[in-house]
Amino acid sequence: MRLPLALSAPFTRTALALALGTAAAGATGTAMAQERELLNSSYDIARELFAAINPDFVEWWQEEHDEEVSVSQSHGGSSAQARAIMQGLRADVVTFNQVTDVDVLADAGLVDEEWQDAFDNNASPYYSTTAFLVRKDNPKGIESWDDLVQEDVELVFPNPKTSGNARYTYLAAWGFADREFDGDEEQIQEFMRQLLANVAVFDTGGRGATTSFIERGIGDVLISFESEVNNIRREYGSDDYEVIVPPMSVLAEFPVAVVSENAERNGNEDLAQGYLDYLYTEEAQRTLAGFNYRVHNDAVVEEFADEFPETELFNVDDVFGSWDEIMETHFESGGMLDQLQRR
Amino acid sequence: MKSLSFRQSGSARVLPGFGLSMGISVLFISLVLLLPITGLFGQLAGLSLAEYWSIVTEGRVVASYAVTLGAAAVAALINAAFGLLLAWVLVRYEFPGKQLLDALMDLPFALPTAVAGITLATLYASNGWMGRLLEPLGFQVAYTWVGIALAMAFTSIPFVVRTVQPVLEDLPAEIDEAAMSLGATDGVAFRRVIMPHLWPALVTGTGLAFVRSLGEFGAIIFIAGNMPYETEITALMIFVRLQEYDYAGASAIASVVLFTSLALLLAINVWQGRFVRRLHGGNS
Amino acid sequence: MRRVGDAPAVRGLLILAAVLLSALFLLLPLVAIFAQALSSGVMVFWENVSNVYTLHAIGLTLLIALMTIPVCLVFGVALAWLVTRFRFPGRRILQTLIDIPFAVSPVVAGLVYLLLYGRNGWIGNFLDGYDIQLMFAWPGILMVTIFVTCPFVARELIPLMQAQGTREEEAAVTLGASGWTVFRRVTLPNIKWALLYGVILTNARAVGEFGAVSVVSGAIRGQTNTLPLHLEQLYQDYNAVGAFSSAALLALIALLTLATKAALQRRATRREAIL
Repeated sequence: MRLPLALSAPFTRTALALALGTAAAGATGTAMAQERELLNSSYDIARELFAAINPDFVEWWQEEHDEEVSVSQSHGGSSAQARAIMQGLRADVVTFNQVTDVDVLADAGLVDEEWQDAFDNNASPYYSTTAFLVRKDNPKGIESWDDLVQEDVELVFPNPKTSGNARYTYLAAWGFADREFDGDEEQIQEFMRQLLANVAVFDTGGRGATTSFIERGIGDVLISFESEVNNIRREYGSDDYEVIVPPMSVLAEFPVAVVSENAERNGNEDLAQGYLDYLYTEEAQRTLAGFNYRVHNDAVVEEFADEFPETELFNVDDVFGSWDEIMETHFESGGMLDQLQRR
Repeated sequence: MKSLSFRQSGSARVLPGFGLSMGISVLFISLVLLLPITGLFGQLAGLSLAEYWSIVTEGRVVASYAVTLGAAAVAALINAAFGLLLAWVLVRYEFPGKQLLDALMDLPFALPTAVAGITLATLYASNGWMGRLLEPLGFQVAYTWVGIALAMAFTSIPFVVRTVQPVLEDLPAEIDEAAMSLGATDGVAFRRVIMPHLWPALVTGTGLAFVRSLGEFGAIIFIAGNMPYETEITALMIFVRLQEYDYAGASAIASVVLFTSLALLLAINVWQGRFVRRLHGGNS
Repeated sequence: MRRVGDAPAVRGLLILAAVLLSALFLLLPLVAIFAQALSSGVMVFWENVSNVYTLHAIGLTLLIALMTIPVCLVFGVALAWLVTRFRFPGRRILQTLIDIPFAVSPVVAGLVYLLLYGRNGWIGNFLDGYDIQLMFAWPGILMVTIFVTCPFVARELIPLMQAQGTREEEAAVTLGASGWTVFRRVTLPNIKWALLYGVILTNARAVGEFGAVSVVSGAIRGQTNTLPLHLEQLYQDYNAVGAFSSAALLALIALLTLATKAALQRRATRREAIL
């Protein structure tokens, strides 16, 4: 259905069979034979999350519709993924960590204009916020954003130009300063300048920043999504690191959308819709909470109440306006971020 | 000399296959190399000259040229010395493990650059095997431009070794035997007799290594630290533009790197050609 | 007779310096890769390697390399023959053009292919009408791999064929041999080592290419994921052992090709010695 014969999977499979012997080819072959296949394009750090969710979804779909389906994943930087879809990656659904990257697809006509109304909670089945990871016993006494601009504190977070998660860090700090200094632009900028000056390493992505902080021992504070810092702490030893959720931070949405043009072409419209609906079910929400994302389902929220400290989350729209405005004022070439980093 | 080379080229048409090899080459170069590059210029066409200029001369981008060129120059110099030493040892001496050493030279080509980057960063970070030794002595490698130069040197060392090696192999033994029998010392004979034959290959190899370093991204990004104005390389600037969906900006900066590299490569080719002609009396 | 650098002291010093520096500079990273890959034991290494996605990535990577080599071989030989056996206007330009892949950052290389053959590019758009997809499928990976690897064979052959000159071939032609016979009997034996080395470099680069492939692959696990991409994903997922296991595999493939080259070379020299 998807590709003409010469270019499609069967050729790869035949060739692979020659290269690898039948075992591996059989494994990939049976998975692909005939059944409908959904392609989910997602951000980098969500690989394990969807590896956990997809088998449950396949089972759920089988029960609801009596049909065997499979789900494939494509992961990369959220912007790179959006670019790939515009240039022909035939993903049926996107599960991103940047609203702007879905907007780009909507502008290109691949996703419905009103995509944020297509699903509950602004089409964001789960959310997170920006939090801190500090070393054992929190030696620098980091509790909130104003502790990060002290002279002897070194920070690690990725480059806001290349990493969506670092853009949230920037916006969260700005939002905090905005309240602290009552909107005094000059003081806010001075605060931001100090914050950026305290950064020890600007990696291009979240994973690089984690490596710098954990494996190279650089910096006092690693700033990332709450889900991610918890994940890192679990991965690298709960005793050596502490997670600090500041009393005020930003609400980070994880938008989902059906790529209608591709879904239609692949004959997967109902499957794509079903997949994203599934993310709102109690079962999926529980899995998401297990990966340290905050969710909306009341029962699950109650169940995991201890895991997520209460904090005041502000909406970027309320402080900064639309994402288009944010990108233009702050992150584009020559924007506020560039000015703050200029020497 | 002139007439000789003319005669040679005339008689060279005796050989068959001009049409076939020309056809294959031109078709391939057009389809695989030139056609895609037009895409790059297609992007540039959307920019006015003033816009182009302001993109490629923006302060942070200019700082990245300095970092990239400086580190690539240091890497090339290191490689020139190290590469010459290795080529010499591999050609002139017999010792146990020589084949292993020879094979090792190709490692940087064979290793995906991202692997090289991760591995080097692991080794030279302050808690890595090398970093632990160097840091107390006051050398910080990772997250400084020294790290960038190191990563560049690593990925491009084979260029020097593999260009110098065959020339050294082809050097007749009589050349330096004669010099030695006339009583020259090692140093003098090497400088006066051997080096003149090696220069072209050495410069070519070093030049290729330099050009390769200008475009390298994967191996450097992990060890660079990427601090604005200090350790940001030009390839990162291109990458950043891509993340912003700014294809025109990315293409503009990429075109600067492309032209610089192509100019260097052309210079190397012309120079190499002239040298070979001199060496073989027009038999090229 | 004595040659430059034959004095035992000089000799020993130079060998020592070369070996030590290489060990530090080249061998240590290699050791580090294997040390990391095996840091949790052989079993964990094996589990990572025999994972179905890893196996698929290995298969795809080798397949791409296998398809790349013949293309680069034909092109490399044709171009080398052209620029070293004939003189014509534009020869030097042609020779510089093949260096474009060296001059273009791999990520940019991937991008230009995407802009042309992607759905918004004019060729890609045309093909899309016939439901033919090149980018984000294996043909796209093959195309950019050919782009980044095509100079290697030609670059190896040109200096050698230039240095060897044309006398032997001209003699053969004068004696009435056909073009194909001349190439097979006269040229090929002279260039076979350079050819082999070019193929080995091509293979190494094809297997290891990351930047360009990452732009056009889409990195769909089990479909368009090559080994270097797979490796980077594992690294992103905090599976350092898994990532370095894949790295070790790539290093092994590299070492294997290099060993093959060494073995072939040694056998050939021995045969020549007997004759």
